Amino acid sequence: MAALQAILNGILVGGIYALIAMGMALVFGVMRLVNFAHGAFLMVGMYVAYFGYTLFHINPYWGCALVGAALFMMGMAVYWLLIRRVMGQSDFLQILLTEGIALCLVGAAQLLFTGDYRSISLPLADKTANLGPLNFNVAYGVSFVIAVLGVTSMYLYMKYTEMGRAIRGVAQNPGVAPLMGIRVRWISGISFAFGVACAGGAGALLLPVFYVNPTIGSPYNLKSFVIVVLGGMGSVEGAALGGLILGVTEGLTAYYWSDSYTQVVDFVLFLAVLLLRPQGLFGKKAP
Amino acid sequence: MSSEVLLEVEAITAFYGDFQALFGLSFQVRTAEVVALLGGNGAGKTTCLRVISGLLRPKSGRVRFLGQDITGLSPAEIVDLGIAHVPEGRQLFPEMSVEENLWLGSYLPRARKRRRENVARMFALFPRLAERRRQVAGTLSGGEQQMVAIARGMMSEPKLLLLDEPSLGLSPKLTEQTLAAVRELSKVVTVLIVEQKVMEGLEIADRGYVIENGKLVTEGAAAVLVADKGIREAYLGL
Repeated sequence: MAALQAILNGILVGGIYALIAMGMALVFGVMRLVNFAHGAFLMVGMYVAYFGYTLFHINPYWGCALVGAALFMMGMAVYWLLIRRVMGQSDFLQILLTEGIALCLVGAAQLLFTGDYRSISLPLADKTANLGPLNFNVAYGVSFVIAVLGVTSMYLYMKYTEMGRAIRGVAQNPGVAPLMGIRVRWISGISFAFGVACAGGAGALLLPVFYVNPTIGSPYNLKSFVIVVLGGMGSVEGAALGGLILGVTEGLTAYYWSDSYTQVVDFVLFLAVLLLRPQGLFGKKAP
Repeated sequence: MSSEVLLEVEAITAFYGDFQALFGLSFQVRTAEVVALLGGNGAGKTTCLRVISGLLRPKSGRVRFLGQDITGLSPAEIVDLGIAHVPEGRQLFPEMSVEENLWLGSYLPRARKRRRENVARMFALFPRLAERRRQVAGTLSGGEQQMVAIARGMMSEPKLLLLDEPSLGLSPKLTEQTLAAVRELSKVVTVLIVEQKVMEGLEIADRGYVIENGKLVTEGAAAVLVADKGIREAYLGL
């Protein structure tokens, strides 16, 4: 029963992981760009939600849509100012640029907000609900539900809208997409902004259950890598499932071993997938 | 036959890095014609289509379409003006269904309006695709993939269809079927076709241009080129 409880806890946090990783997978799939600043954007999202709550009393649960929208705009701006210039350049330049953006964001946060740990206390966070014999923190539950809604709507958007189809088109065949009348740079900018918005929105959902400080993004960045590799590089659906798997793995690790070993298990999983199934659990054969 | 000039390519030079692929190439396509670009491997035929559709910017020279200078426009702007490029090697969206590939072919707002009718029209032309409408494009046979590529090109309602080696890698029977479809399409759209199978290409073309090393070697009515002794020796091994 305790193991089931660990699995439930893992699933709840895994839903948020799924949303974070989906953003990274989208950016990688469309732009072949590994966004090392993904975790830093999550941190920015957490701060925006934090100040939205403390200054304007905006509840992060419905505020996460606003945070997502704000981070979307920010992603668009970062794309046009910076990312655009390294598209089609070497991986090395892309890594340097996104890592540089991450450093700048973390540095700016430290300067503006100091390194203090901040958190908010929603009344919800003290409540526990029961699911049969299992119980869970209500704040985690609400965050999970919203994250799953986010992941699902993103998936439906990609599958059924004109823009979503164009985004998938660029991901699947960037060379031929312009011949359909698709403006690839525009689609890249939108995809990057969507990716950043996922990270930011997920940041808002983490705030009720977690503290924020300037370096909080880094572990989430690493988790996103693991999940994206787990799900098959660039596969948005794979990332969603991979998020849940990583969450459950961490839940079980925390239960059977210790909370502090979850990152070790993350990386063992990462290496195992790279060694045994480099195309990812749900990926097709590597091209 | 010869009515207004639809496409005019004027003294184009083009490079890939330091490698010069086209040396002042010029030719014309008139409305309702089928024109074939012929020549060996590396002659510059594909480069030429890439310049017309805006994928490659020429170093010098002009491309005019319906009298308008389109040199240097983006591929998206050029498709919108009415030139569809069906590239060499099909280049489908491999994880999308046949239907989704066609929908993306009509991504432009202008073409979106009549998407349903146009899909139906393409399914009538290629009944095989109607049977496989939900199948993922990457799992189709080579011949079927070529049909999707051509149909996807037609979905943008072009005035000019650029076809790059539609018979590449196809069996003689499938080549014949594909070219028959092109002939059918040529009733409604002007066609500029690049074909390595010179004899088959000339069979459906009104006129042909022979290119060698990025330069024009000869041109003429298809019937004349077919009979030309030099061409027969160079390209047909006869």
